[in-house]
Amino acid sequence: MDLDFTQADHDFRMEVREFISNNFSQANASGQNIEKYHEVTSDQMKEGILDWHKTLYKKGWLAPHWPTEHGGIDWSVTQRYIWDQECANAGTTPLIPFGLTMLGPVIIAFGNDRQKDWVLKGILSGDDWWCQGYSEPGAGSDLASLRTKAEKVGDHYVVNGHKVWTTLAQYADWMFCLVRTSSEGKPQQGISFLLIDMNTPGIDVKPIITVDGGHEVNEVFLEDVKVPIENLVGEENMGWTIAKFLLGNERTGIAGVARSKKAINKLKEIANSEFNDGRPLIEDSSFNRKISELEVDLMALEYTELRTLAKESKGEGPGAESSILKIKGTEIQQKISELTLEAVGNYASPYLTPLSVRSYGSNYPEVGPDYSQGAAQNYFGMRKTSIYGGSNEIQRNIIAKMVLGL
Amino acid sequence: MDFSFSEEQTLLRNTIESFLQDNYGFDVRKAIIKSEEGMSNKNWQQIAELGLLGVPFSEADGGLDFGPVETMIVAEEFGKGLVVEPYIQTVVTCGGFLRRASEEQRQEHLPKIISGEEIWAFAYAEPQGRFNLSDIKVSASKKSSSLGRILSNDVYILNGNKCVVSAAPWAQKLIVTARTSGEQAEKEGISLFVVDKSAPGVSTRDYKTVDGSMASEVLFENVTLNSNSLIGEEGKAYPLIELVADETIAALCAEAIGAMSVLNDATVEYCKTRKQFGQPIGKFQVLQHRMVDMFMQYEQSVSMTYMVNLKLDESETERTKAASGAKVQICNASKFIGQNAVQLHGGMGMTDELNVGHYFKRLAMIETQFGNADHHLKKYSSVS
Repeated sequence: MDLDFTQADHDFRMEVREFISNNFSQANASGQNIEKYHEVTSDQMKEGILDWHKTLYKKGWLAPHWPTEHGGIDWSVTQRYIWDQECANAGTTPLIPFGLTMLGPVIIAFGNDRQKDWVLKGILSGDDWWCQGYSEPGAGSDLASLRTKAEKVGDHYVVNGHKVWTTLAQYADWMFCLVRTSSEGKPQQGISFLLIDMNTPGIDVKPIITVDGGHEVNEVFLEDVKVPIENLVGEENMGWTIAKFLLGNERTGIAGVARSKKAINKLKEIANSEFNDGRPLIEDSSFNRKISELEVDLMALEYTELRTLAKESKGEGPGAESSILKIKGTEIQQKISELTLEAVGNYASPYLTPLSVRSYGSNYPEVGPDYSQGAAQNYFGMRKTSIYGGSNEIQRNIIAKMVLGL
Repeated sequence: MDFSFSEEQTLLRNTIESFLQDNYGFDVRKAIIKSEEGMSNKNWQQIAELGLLGVPFSEADGGLDFGPVETMIVAEEFGKGLVVEPYIQTVVTCGGFLRRASEEQRQEHLPKIISGEEIWAFAYAEPQGRFNLSDIKVSASKKSSSLGRILSNDVYILNGNKCVVSAAPWAQKLIVTARTSGEQAEKEGISLFVVDKSAPGVSTRDYKTVDGSMASEVLFENVTLNSNSLIGEEGKAYPLIELVADETIAALCAEAIGAMSVLNDATVEYCKTRKQFGQPIGKFQVLQHRMVDMFMQYEQSVSMTYMVNLKLDESETERTKAASGAKVQICNASKFIGQNAVQLHGGMGMTDELNVGHYFKRLAMIETQFGNADHHLKKYSSVS
C-alpha cells in the first residue's frame, strides 16, 4: 500500500501537461466553459466540444478506458488519475460521454462485429454524435415501465413513442434507445436496445429550456420510425441487461474530483475578492468553515475514487460501490455551486441570458464582476446532477440492495 | 499508487483476528472493564508474545520494523474488538516519541515496552488547554540552590497538573509535555520528559472512563528529573509533539473504522431480522437509506484512514492537512454511525447488555481524543 508516483508517472504527467498546453485552446472550446457560456451560439458550442475531442482522437488519447484493440490505451490507474487531474487543471472541455463512456463499452461487450466496426469508429472520429433515449414522461426512476414500442415489420422495427430529457439531442446524429419489444413477463423482460439514425423520417426533437435558461435537454417524438433489424444490439428483449451495464459505467468517472478541486480554488479566489464587514469574505469564520468542510469531503471522495479505480484495475468492478461516487460527487458539485452563489452576494441577481436561447430580457453588457457571471445559473443548473443518471435516491436503493443485501 | 495489502500484512491481520476471537469475546471484555484493574495483564502479555508491541520499532531496537500501514491494521482490528488494553497510548504515542529519542533512551526503555513489561501514557492535556497541544502551564525549571544560583544544567523540577491522561492508572512511565521557557501557549519553549510514575512528588487520581478505559488526573509537585529524562532538545519539542499527535490520530482513525464496521454490520443484520408491521424493518426505504448513508460515511472514513496513514512521512503542511482532514471525517462519521446504530436498534440499542452502545461510547470518545471536528476543521483551514 502506497501513494507513490514513480519516475515514469512523473514523466507521464509532464508529457500530458505539455500536450495539453500545446494543443488545447480555450478559444476553440468555450462551449462548456461556464464563464463564456453566454457568448456562444449553439453551433459554436457543438464545434467547441468536438474540437478537443478530435484533437485527442488524433493523438490516440480519446478513450483510455476502452480495450486497446478497439482504440483504447492501457494506461494504469495512476496514469488515468494524472490525466484527469491535468485536464481539470487546464480546464479542458469535458468530453461528451454518450458515445465514449456509455455506448462504446456496451458495443464492445454486446455488439456484433459489424456494429463494433462502424459504431466505435464513428464515436472515436467524432463523426457520429450519440444521444441517449432512455427516460420517458411515464418512465423516470422506474425506467423499466417505458412504453416506446418497437414492432418488427419485415426487416425493420417500427418505433413509436416519446423520449424525454434527451441531453444534447439537438446535435445528435444517432440515438441509442430503449424500446419495448414485448409486453410479456416482467416489464424488464420486454425491453430491447436499438440504434436509431436521427435523420430517419418521423423523428421530431423539441427543446426543453431548463431553470438555468439553457437548452441542453430535449423531447424526442418518434412516429412510425423505421429502424433496420441489424441495428438491434444483443438479442431482442435483453435490453434491460444492457441498460444496467451502461448505467454502471456511467457512474464511474462521475465523481469529478479534479474538476471539483479546481472549482473550489475558484470559489476561494472569489471569497478572497468579495468583502464582508471590511474583510475578505474568506476570513469570515462562518463562510470559511463551509469551504473547509467541503474540501475535507472532497478529499475523502478523492481517495474513495482511487480505491475504486484500484479495484477496477484488478478486474473487480465497478461494483455497486460506484454509486457512492455518484452520490458524493454530485452532492459536492452542488455544494460548490451553492457556495459560489453565496460568495458573489448581490451580483448573483442579474440574469445572464445564454446567447443560444436569447429571446427576451438580456443584460448586455454584463452586470457585476466577471466571476459573478453565471454563478446563479450554474447553481440552478447543478440541481440536475442528483436527478440524472439514476437519481441519488435510486443510487441509495442500489447500494441497499446490492451491497447491504436489504 | 497501490491500495492493496501484502501477504505479510494480511497474515498480521489474521493473527490479530484469531487472537481476539479466542480471547476477547464481548462478555470477556465486559468482565475486564468491570474489574478493579480495568484491563487484562494476561491479554497484554499475549499481545506482547504476538510481537504486536514491537510493530513500529526498528529491528535494532528489538522491534518488527513495520510502518504506519501495519500499525493501522492492528488499531483497526483492536477497534473491531473494542480492546481496552492501551496499545495506541503505549506503542503509537509514547513509542512514537521514544523511537526518536537518543540511543541511550531507546536502549533503556524500548525493550520494556516491547516485552510488555511496561505500559506508558502520554500526559499532555491541561484543564485550560482543551485541544491545544502548546497551551501548557506545567513547568520544568532548572534546579537552583537556596541562593538562587543554578546548580546543574540538566536537572529539572517539574510542577503542575495534567488532566484526563489516558491509560495512566496502568502506566509505569509517563511522557510529559512541560514548559521550560516561554509564555503559556507559545510553541517555543516546550520540552518532553520521561517521568517515572513512582517518583516522589507524582500523585494521581485514577478513574474509569465512559468508554470502558481508565485515565488519571496527574499532579506533579517538585518532581526532580535527571538528565536522562529529557527527550530531544530542551524547548524544541513542539514539532515532534505535532508529528506524534498526527501519528496517533492516524491510529485512532483506524480504531474508529474498525468500530464503525462492527456497528454497520450489526445494524444491517438487526434490520433484516427485527420484524414490525409484519415485515423486517430493513424493508422500509427510510431505514435502508439511513443505512446506506452510514455505509457511505464508513467508506469515506476508510479512504481517509488509508490516506492519512500513507501521508505521515510527507511535509508538515501535507501531513497536517491529511491528519486534520481525516480526523474531521472520522469525527463526523463516528457521530453519525454511532447515533444511528443506536436509533435503528431501537430500545435494544440503549441497553448495556448489547454491544452496540459500547461501540457508540468508544466512538464518541475517539471524537474528542486529540481534537474534535471543530478543532481539526480550523487546523485544516489554517494550512489549506
